[in-house]
Amino acid sequence: MKDFSLLIQRLDQLTKTSEKVKVLSDYFKTAPQKDVVWAIAIWSHRRPKRPISTTLLREWAAELAGVDQWLFEDSYHIVGDLAETIALLTCKKEVTIHHSKESLSTIIEDLIALKTQSENQKKAYITTKWAELNYFGSFTFTKLLTGGFRIGISQKLMTKALESAFDIPSDEIAYRLMGKWNPTEVTLKKLLFDNDPEANQSRPYPFFLAYPVENTPEDLGDISQWSIEHKWDGIRAQLIKRNETFAIWSRGEELITEQFPELQSIKDQLKEDVVLDGEIIPIKDGLPDHFGTLQKRLNRKRITNSLLEEAPVVFRAYDLLEYQGKDFREQTYLERRNCLESIPFSGPLQLSKFKIFKNWQEVEDERLRSKEVKSEGLMLKQIDSTYGVGRKKGDWFKYKNDPLNCDAILTYVMRGHGRRSSLYTDFTFALWDRDPKDPEAKLVTFAKAYSGLTDQEFKEINRWIRSNALEKFGPVRAVKPELVFEIAFEGVAPSSRHKSGYATRFPRIVRWRKDKKIDEANRLEDLKNLVR
Amino acid sequence: MKPDLLSFTSKGIYCAAADVYLDPWRPVDKAIISHAHADHSRYGNKKYIAHHHSVPVIKHRLGGVNIQGISWNEPFSVNGVQFTLYPAGHIVGSSLIKVMHKGEIALFTGDYKLENDGLSTPLEMQRCHTLITECTFGLPIFRWKPQQEVFSEIENWWSFNQQNSFTSVIYAYSLGKAQRLLHHLQSTHGPILVHPAIAAVNESLSTIVSFKSVQTLTADINPIDHPGALLILPPSGREAKYLKKWGELRTASASGWMATRGNRRRRNVDRGFVISDHCDFDALNTCIKYSEAEKVICTHGFTDIYSKYLRGIGFNAGTEHAEFEEEEVENSTDLLVQ
Repeated sequence: MKDFSLLIQRLDQLTKTSEKVKVLSDYFKTAPQKDVVWAIAIWSHRRPKRPISTTLLREWAAELAGVDQWLFEDSYHIVGDLAETIALLTCKKEVTIHHSKESLSTIIEDLIALKTQSENQKKAYITTKWAELNYFGSFTFTKLLTGGFRIGISQKLMTKALESAFDIPSDEIAYRLMGKWNPTEVTLKKLLFDNDPEANQSRPYPFFLAYPVENTPEDLGDISQWSIEHKWDGIRAQLIKRNETFAIWSRGEELITEQFPELQSIKDQLKEDVVLDGEIIPIKDGLPDHFGTLQKRLNRKRITNSLLEEAPVVFRAYDLLEYQGKDFREQTYLERRNCLESIPFSGPLQLSKFKIFKNWQEVEDERLRSKEVKSEGLMLKQIDSTYGVGRKKGDWFKYKNDPLNCDAILTYVMRGHGRRSSLYTDFTFALWDRDPKDPEAKLVTFAKAYSGLTDQEFKEINRWIRSNALEKFGPVRAVKPELVFEIAFEGVAPSSRHKSGYATRFPRIVRWRKDKKIDEANRLEDLKNLVR
Repeated sequence: MKPDLLSFTSKGIYCAAADVYLDPWRPVDKAIISHAHADHSRYGNKKYIAHHHSVPVIKHRLGGVNIQGISWNEPFSVNGVQFTLYPAGHIVGSSLIKVMHKGEIALFTGDYKLENDGLSTPLEMQRCHTLITECTFGLPIFRWKPQQEVFSEIENWWSFNQQNSFTSVIYAYSLGKAQRLLHHLQSTHGPILVHPAIAAVNESLSTIVSFKSVQTLTADINPIDHPGALLILPPSGREAKYLKKWGELRTASASGWMATRGNRRRRNVDRGFVISDHCDFDALNTCIKYSEAEKVICTHGFTDIYSKYLRGIGFNAGTEHAEFEEEEVENSTDLLVQ
């Protein structure tokens, strides 16, 4: 793992994307191929399953570091990253060179084997590694053991590095890395170079993503060049039917076919082989339901009949990527739509309709109809555009509904993670449960938000927190109800997550209302009125 | 129970028996100052008492104030209460302030560090009954490497930048860290230039310590005359327009806060060199144990966590609120040039 933890150290010391690509590309060219496969797996979210709970890791690390558990936890909250905390606490100052002798793939094989071993064996293996590795060795090792490997290397950046290392176009690489492949079995050659029809069978295409409209859609120019459709609030998904293969992939590249039994009938409904791009949405009385309803369906081990009745879904298609075995992505949007509309739509397979308007005012009017059709706003797609890879500016835009908003009171604060770990940046907001003049009036929490303020404002609020913090609950501090903020969100629905009994979608801070006193904040009743 | 020798008031740490304040944060008649950083020696006091070595910088910052210089280890009396200053090792002139009255001893650390930085007179920790301590880095995640290792890291980074024709820029506080860098970095390595604010501090310290002569970084300097240069700037200097003409820059920050990756990314610098003028966790513990204090009060830093830790190892420890800046990494305003 020496090469790999040196790579992590180098990447950590770079801030420019072009330099990161170069360093990563050099690694891909020189590292053992098995290690390269694992590095690709790690940065495309295919790490082996965690062999051990983080609770145990934290206990063992505290023990090895010789600090009490509470002190370990408090340190962790301030550092904001578990692997980093462990490296800081357990590395001996004098160990400065040891990066580990084993290769990346050996370590990962060890970790896979570890999963079935006894707790004592796991502890012995892991604590020995911590004790002998240097800071970056230990940091990298623990990152492999725990959650996502988020160190500023996106899949896009990795794809670029692979392009430069192996001279394969990055779109092609993005496609090859899609879908199901097993890093323990696959070779680098098979993954990147071979044409394997069997592997292609269930492989999805990279998703094409939209940019938000920046100012006004008029900036996009000639209205006749744009197709307009409603934007559905569900799970972006790709539905594949190729011969006997039927697969549904989420945008996170997870195979979700089994999670939606009511979509299985689509397989027989489709006469031709196709790959469709669309949205899985919850349906109630023929109209899309809250996203919250769909959330009940996610990550379930067992899909019960009552759940199916309570939260049924449909697949609403809006693009066609492959038809009768032919890649359609280079066709124009209108050509793809033409072909898409020749498919028989019925039952759980629905078509998302589009329109071409005469002027931008009609577009605005259509957007105002979003509430009626229960969409999140509009999608604007250039009619001659091809289906690209990832987020590319210019062809697809999302033009969302104006957010809902209310004025709320800051009640709890928590330190941020990563880059924001030294500041309180995670804020919880509350509303009045009745008229604030009522002596019985209480504040009830309804949203947590951490974005929308400038660094300067965060600094000012942090200074305020220092002298206005009340009780402490672990990493969370209650603060004196005094500051009022305008909070924007996309929707609101009943939920048990917050004391108010309601939760909002994508809450964020719009501005600090220094001009408002707490009795001018909104009431819970106002929020309830926003439930659509 | 008799009243405490030192108490915390809205104006600062107060010795009622002597009617004098230690590092007050509001204007008072008489202040004893631990060191010359802006949050410890503020404007507006009628009289300042500080170590001789702090006097030039305080005068440089505050102008013609009424200030009296005192030597270390030489007790002086204020209204019958005995005060003594001892070296604190934080920056040049920084002092521990010991207060002795009717057999009771209290010690205020100001800011302090255990490692000998070669410039400030090394810390001489004292025994006391009550210890008022900072704990800026009072968490076990903060453990400093020997400074020589860090300075070699900096020199390696500088060499690498030179080989690639990058200009190296280090952000460091203009009083303390900047001089420490100057003192330890080998000037044979290449030209070093410092921000005018740092040059001004060097100038005011020149009667006390001598530095290798370095050029002051001004807008009219031509980078071509200084290939492979290292620029030392206060954190507030990163907006300076003339940096543009220095070609491709590689930036670094030299601070104890650089121990965590999050802080480094917040600052958006390429490298973070972990070097501090404060005690790390182990050094704090060493000093506090040495003091044999019956009561420990933590004033700034991770006070809640660190005092809880101290209680866990048997100290009678608590916290008091003091208005010293928590020298947080995101403070873009330098503590000296405000």
